[in-house]
Amino acid sequence: MWLLLVVVVIAGLWIVGAYNGLISLKNQTINAFKQIDVQLKRRHDLIPNLVNAVKGAMNFERSTLEAVIQARNQAVKVNASGPEAMKQISQAENALSGALSRLLAVVERYPDLKATGNIAQLQEELTSTENRIAFARQLYNDTATQYTTKQQQFPTTLVAGMAHAAPAELWEIEDQAERAVPQVDLSGR
Amino acid sequence: MIGFVLFFAWLGFGADVLWAIEGEHAFPWLGVILTTVAILWVRHAYKTGPEKVLWATGAHEVIDAQTDGERQLVNVVEEMAIAAGVLRPRIWVVPDDDPNAFSTGHGPSDAHIAVTRGLLRICNRDELQGVIGHELGHVRNFDVRLMTTLAALVGAVLLVRDGMGRMMRGGVPLKGGRKSKDGGPLIAALLVLWILSWIIAPVVTQLLAFAVSRRREYLADAMSAQFTRNPLALASALEKIEGAAEPTRSIKRGTAHLCIADPLGRRFTNREGLLADTLATHPPMSMRISRLKGMGYAQLKQEGGLAV
Repeated sequence: MWLLLVVVVIAGLWIVGAYNGLISLKNQTINAFKQIDVQLKRRHDLIPNLVNAVKGAMNFERSTLEAVIQARNQAVKVNASGPEAMKQISQAENALSGALSRLLAVVERYPDLKATGNIAQLQEELTSTENRIAFARQLYNDTATQYTTKQQQFPTTLVAGMAHAAPAELWEIEDQAERAVPQVDLSGR
Repeated sequence: MIGFVLFFAWLGFGADVLWAIEGEHAFPWLGVILTTVAILWVRHAYKTGPEKVLWATGAHEVIDAQTDGERQLVNVVEEMAIAAGVLRPRIWVVPDDDPNAFSTGHGPSDAHIAVTRGLLRICNRDELQGVIGHELGHVRNFDVRLMTTLAALVGAVLLVRDGMGRMMRGGVPLKGGRKSKDGGPLIAALLVLWILSWIIAPVVTQLLAFAVSRRREYLADAMSAQFTRNPLALASALEKIEGAAEPTRSIKRGTAHLCIADPLGRRFTNREGLLADTLATHPPMSMRISRLKGMGYAQLKQEGGLAV
């Protein structure tokens, strides 16, 4: 009789602990996803200012700058929701990342340009912005993986249904071009 | 922390017992006072530790970044805070040309990261990221809380020891010639033990700080690699810091265990063995670097980078 009671109490305590653990991870995952949004928003707000700041110095690379602006406007426009949202957002943002990295590559190619104060600052801000987004995604993917693993592992999987836990979607590179290894040409420009 | 309070209680009540043997002594007020002092001290050290540590190194806070270096530092710290999933810590710069960095505070919601000017000068962006990642690893593990409090306590113990020593020599003369009837050898042994613990009190506290620090350094290195996914950058930063192994002048002995690399430039930090194991605040640099490189190569292999 006593033994049974002890077993029930221990099982009850374990269920509470496992359930709360899952809920906590779920909320962390949601929060990490929102962090990506925050950083993307920051990038959208920053780009017009940055482009304006270097427009004069980079008149000869107008097309690169315009590509950045266009990709940015495209990314701001995406306001989807539902299961397809993540795919659309990441497509638009990846296009923007591509345009920005081309801009960075252009800046690299002109040493005189880098000597200008504005451009050095632009470079630093762009690098930082891209890093922030990459790190926010990394945190999201790490947290989401932890959450998914937890809810699928035995014995936590027994309470997963109770906590309405579903595997979280990971943020992946959609663009095949981005996955490809970049070609580096060292033969001189 | 509890150990610290117990230790003080032992010192205080020990004195009471001796006093009782010497003469009439009813209430163990010395023990009570000393224990209370110890508790208050821990509280005080816990609360004001971060301030004191920062003040002692002469760091100034970066509020509005002026130079390119400072701007980059702020950016890097903000990036790493995102990667670690913690709030942005407050950022300080220590006016010292030797490369080093440390963190202090009470935990992720109240953290301070300080780097020296020398570090900003010799590290590139990736290396700085590795170093900041290491410090944020300490922050997220709550190492900063323990180590900052320890730093404040190490200083306090030294002070008390010196003060009490002076009082004992000058103040109360011991009444000699009076022999207690019972348990002579036991009390003599206790007396020796008690005096010994007075002498080694600062040493014990310091050793505690060292032991805690060494184990945590490896962990913080690993967390930095987890945040940046670039362990080789931290390895190369450590190599640079090691190369410029001049003592960091503005960082004193009491706060040595907070830093990323031993600021005192002590030789035995680089050796393994019993002496180094007990006395160094940091694991051997070569060990840390080789572990990080091991992580880096494992990562490259996984990505197929080594196959080229």
